[in-house]
Amino acid sequence: MRSLLKRDLSLAIRAGGGFGLALAFFLIFVSLVPFGIGPDTGRLSDIAAGLLWLGALLACLLSLDRIFQLDWEDGTLDLIATSPLPLEAASALKALAHWLTTGLPLVFAAPILGLMLNLPPAAFPWLIASLFVGTPALSIIGTFGAALTVGIKRGGLLLSLLVLPLYMPTLILGALTAARGGQGLDATTPLLLTAGITLGSAALLPFAAAAALRVNLR
Amino acid sequence: MALTVQDLACARGPAQVLAGVSFSLAAGEALILRGPNGAGKTTLLRTLVGLTPPLAGTVTHEEGALAYAGHADGLKSQLSVAENLRFWAGIFGTPDIGAALTAYDLRTFADRKAGELSAGQKRRLSLARLLVTGRPIWCLDEPTVSLDTENTARFAAAVEAHLAKRGSAILATHIDLGLPNARTLDITPFMAKGLPASNPFSDDAFGEGST
Repeated sequence: MRSLLKRDLSLAIRAGGGFGLALAFFLIFVSLVPFGIGPDTGRLSDIAAGLLWLGALLACLLSLDRIFQLDWEDGTLDLIATSPLPLEAASALKALAHWLTTGLPLVFAAPILGLMLNLPPAAFPWLIASLFVGTPALSIIGTFGAALTVGIKRGGLLLSLLVLPLYMPTLILGALTAARGGQGLDATTPLLLTAGITLGSAALLPFAAAAALRVNLR
Repeated sequence: MALTVQDLACARGPAQVLAGVSFSLAAGEALILRGPNGAGKTTLLRTLVGLTPPLAGTVTHEEGALAYAGHADGLKSQLSVAENLRFWAGIFGTPDIGAALTAYDLRTFADRKAGELSAGQKRRLSLARLLVTGRPIWCLDEPTVSLDTENTARFAAAVEAHLAKRGSAILATHIDLGLPNARTLDITPFMAKGLPASNPFSDDAFGEGST
């Protein structure tokens, strides 16, 4: 099991891998916002939490179709499916590898970019906490979407359409956590609900993803 | 019997391809599948290894006995030859990749990236993976594609050594490998051309021209 995680991580970091893509997109997205909205710091401060979450979500979406597509194209997925590693475990590991290479770097980048958007100081710990517990859900839900669309030529569009509504609750609760934190209110409840989404999807979606893969490999 | 197949019917997509396939394979024995292009050799192999569920019939073998190698090499071009093999060794829980490297003479470029190899070298690496799996029954789909005569002989020797260790192999191939303990199964009589498609997995809602 460890070897699949290790392989996915080293593939992502090497040339041609997806690592850095999400981070670069997040950076570009957030640094362009002030140019689009205008330099009014008060207005930026109001929307910063939501924008950072939105940027993280879109950055995550960008690399989803790589999760299974490359392994499907070169035949590795067939071989994994006939190996002793259950597809459920493979899906969970793929989601973990995706989070480690896209979600986790975003958690660290967000506070720095928060400064650029004049995020209220009180919001920083809540933003980091909400991204830390919320982005795994994005990777897990995305892995399920990738499993559904594997094998479809240019399935990226379909994947985005399938996954976006499923991302909605995480986005709403995650952004709410950071926004309430910024207003000096208690944000424990939305943070716990975000964690609940992550735990729920971690418990259920690897099985759904494995079932989808079995159908698509027929 | 290492593998017993009874009255197997297989489908590829919505169409039934084969019907009534029955054979058995003992340890130390090789079975060569023959048939024209499109006869269903690939479909049969994919059904045997469990990638495609059978429409009817049974495939009986010990749990986790089959190793599959398809048309695609299943290699990661960014990883080196040794890293590719070590990945599969980790998945299958076998510690040693040395024997696999030696059997296909891969030691000289063990540290080269798989993406820099020629098609024949990639195929050798892909076949070396079978030795790493440590599984007794090999299901091989056109294993000798892009191999030269020297490496085809090397492959035949690897299969022979596998058979000598009470392993067995099912090969879909058009060349004569000169294997000692091999039977040939022509699947042409089992072709299901003209039979109505009776695939319980097809979904008419998404089918073309369904009425």
